[in-house]
Amino acid sequence: MKKQMTAWQRVTMARDAKRPKALDYIKNIFDDFIELHGDRCYGDDKSFVCGIAYLEKMPVTIIAEQKGKTTKENMQRNFGMPNPEGYRKAVRLMKQAEKFNRPVITFIDTPGAYPGMGAEERGQGEAIARSMFEMSKLKVPIIAVVIGEGSSGGALAICVADKILMLENAIYSILSPEGFASILYKDSSKCQEVADKMKLTSYDLQNFGIIDELIKEPKVGIENDFESVTAKIKTILVKQIQDIQKLTTSEMLEKRYEKYRNM
Amino acid sequence: MVIDKIKKMSEVNKEIEKNQEASDMLIGKWIKCENCKEILYKEEVHKNLSVCPNCGKHFRISSRRRIAQLVDEGTFEEINADMGLKDPLQFEGYEKKLETLVEKTQIKEAVKTGIGKLNGQEAVLAVMDGNFMMGSMGQIVGEKITLAIEEAILRKLPIILVCVSGGARMQEGIISLMQMAKTTGALMKLNEQGLLSICVLTDPTTGGVTASFASLGDIIIAEPNALIGFAGPRVIEQTVKQKLPEGFQRAEFLLEHGFIDKIVQRKDMKKVLSKLIKFHNQKGSE
Repeated sequence: MKKQMTAWQRVTMARDAKRPKALDYIKNIFDDFIELHGDRCYGDDKSFVCGIAYLEKMPVTIIAEQKGKTTKENMQRNFGMPNPEGYRKAVRLMKQAEKFNRPVITFIDTPGAYPGMGAEERGQGEAIARSMFEMSKLKVPIIAVVIGEGSSGGALAICVADKILMLENAIYSILSPEGFASILYKDSSKCQEVADKMKLTSYDLQNFGIIDELIKEPKVGIENDFESVTAKIKTILVKQIQDIQKLTTSEMLEKRYEKYRNM
Repeated sequence: MVIDKIKKMSEVNKEIEKNQEASDMLIGKWIKCENCKEILYKEEVHKNLSVCPNCGKHFRISSRRRIAQLVDEGTFEEINADMGLKDPLQFEGYEKKLETLVEKTQIKEAVKTGIGKLNGQEAVLAVMDGNFMMGSMGQIVGEKITLAIEEAILRKLPIILVCVSGGARMQEGIISLMQMAKTTGALMKLNEQGLLSICVLTDPTTGGVTASFASLGDIIIAEPNALIGFAGPRVIEQTVKQKLPEGFQRAEFLLEHGFIDKIVQRKDMKKVLSKLIKFHNQKGSE
């Protein structure tokens, strides 16, 4: 039945404050999470939560974009809009994961990279490009999970992966529908109509072959039966990592390269 | 009397029309520099590599003109010239827009790629063109750039990426976004082979192009005063609710903040690029 929902309805759901955020997934799926901070260069971006944890008994590195649920939380998290130091923290910890041979799991939930003056001064474009560059050659398995809003380069920056999972009511797009409408029609209020044309739902992304697994959400609403969803994700993560680990490193990297090469 | 008046009026109109024609002709031959406001003779400007002879402003130029400025005469061999027209989202009105543009600009997409020599130094070039949908990157642009990088890997040649772009191609949605990862992956492969990549950033280089291959060259050069950034100035101003200071996101600003290696004037670009290629030749060729 949810398949008949409009794209805009899904945009609204993906952005819903009540919708679980990255830290909720981390808490439910992993054990002994230890958060690690800072990019060793400029600062600690709180729109990114990164660290190490166990998936079942396997140590993994987690890289997650974190939105808040309340205005206060969102102020602290910059509404999930990373600055360059966020991406640089992510890259630092991905390279650390490579050193210790830990798989990397990323969670994507952002309205986009922050378009501020400081972000430009500190090289937002370079930070995003560098993150994709490093991920495309990282010698450990990478799995990306799109949990909410996956908007523009700010999302793609941590979505170069061996496998991409996406929640049914998450979105993944070139830009926010508001930004898209404002660029193409000079009118951001047209966002509801353009959402459909943008092909940004999980079903669209599955049709394009961009995502590998579409994770269905409970009819009662994801926040009301969250455990069933995280249990499903946990099972998929374990299975996917085991499958990838059967490949040699060069096979894994070649497959990862081909995935994007064919787009 | 009335008839006389009408006669007079029509004569005046004819006079105006004549003047209009004359000024149209003038406009055809003259241009006004948007920076120093000086009226310039077009041919003079072209001879000066499309740089204002009065104030040094670097005007935007087509990929064709750019290649002529950089590559030794008769050495440019275009590759994948016929690739064009993809509409992955079946986006309303997009195909028609592309067709009209192809007719108007006489180019097939927003990038021209090929192999050529710069003062005798061979390289693969990908030269973007701002006349075609503001140099935005859709599937064809991403594919042509990736193929050019792969050609460089195959021939063990350096790649020169001359950028001008408003960013991602909206009408191609998520497929356009994926071109960032694709071109980045290709550059990673080139890098693993120990081959040289040089990015030349020209006015404007923004959005998804800045956030992918344009920021990943071994050496990054910019033309003077080029606008270079991730978010566009208008979006930033709306976000921070203040006017941006003079020179924000310009080439000189990026140099100051450590994001480019060098600012090079157009008249020196070929010389600098060929020198840089020569420096790396021992490693690249066998």
